[in-house]
Amino acid sequence: MFGRGLQTLSIASVVLVTGAFALVFLYAPNDADQGFVQKIFYLHVPLAIVALGGFVDGGVFAIQYLRTGDRGHDLRSYVAIHLSLILGLGVLATGSIWAKASWGAWWVWDEPTLVSFLIVFLLFACYQPLRFSIDDPERQARYAAVFAIIGGAFVPLNFLAVRLAESLIHPRVLSTTGGSMPGEMRLTFLVSTVAMVCLFVTLWKYELASKHASMRLRALKRALAGDDAAGPLARTAAPTQI
Amino acid sequence: MPALPLDEAGPYVAGAYLVFLALILIYVAIMASKLVRIERELVELADHVEGRRAAAASAEETHQAEVSEAVPR
Repeated sequence: MFGRGLQTLSIASVVLVTGAFALVFLYAPNDADQGFVQKIFYLHVPLAIVALGGFVDGGVFAIQYLRTGDRGHDLRSYVAIHLSLILGLGVLATGSIWAKASWGAWWVWDEPTLVSFLIVFLLFACYQPLRFSIDDPERQARYAAVFAIIGGAFVPLNFLAVRLAESLIHPRVLSTTGGSMPGEMRLTFLVSTVAMVCLFVTLWKYELASKHASMRLRALKRALAGDDAAGPLARTAAPTQI
Repeated sequence: MPALPLDEAGPYVAGAYLVFLALILIYVAIMASKLVRIERELVELADHVEGRRAAAASAEETHQAEVSEAVPR
């Protein structure tokens, strides 16, 4: 069942997110260069890591779907990408706010990190319309899986390409030299990242459980009323059966 | 750009965290509305099953009555 462990995860998420925010405002020192506005970093960067990780997860589940034919993996892939898109919106919004405060502009078009994230976001924004455009559930799942795999593979490639780009005003956090964050900032960042991962997994399972319950209910209705009486299934971007 | 003073940086930081909070709350609200719909459909389904069961029981009773009337004493 998809809802297993949801209660424990929910409690862990609330504790971790509250703890992370407490560390951000009560423990981590103000940045010497940017001052108080750098507190956005502890929200923006973990959100971006989790959103990009979610897109990659979507690709991994899509591979599993193509290998096994198990529609459960298609549902997992769909929900991971759907949730990553929502968190991606958060990344773009918090990033814009941070950019305005630090650089004086809401968006900087010649900054590779910003533009590359936008490209990834817009790429995956096509995932739902693609699914919706295909009527046959089997074909929908297969095409969406191929899209998710290509998109998922694009995320690390994109990350590497940005790293290789020379003109960077965007601060580097995960560097080969280990970065230059002091201990308190590093701990706060790590706790924030773990909290975001936990929140993502909780919401992912929450949506999976909801979608699964909805599917089972629909199947039960059709079984009781008969396929003819229930009428044709409405077209939807979400998987309709497992 | 030089670091913003606290009174200028505060609204930006608060804005970013409120955007995150709003996003999560909207998501949870949408999921809650879906849950309410599932619950409503489940109640409808349970009523439908109950109705069918009652109809079947009533038909069974009518059949029994007809059989008992048809059988000569």
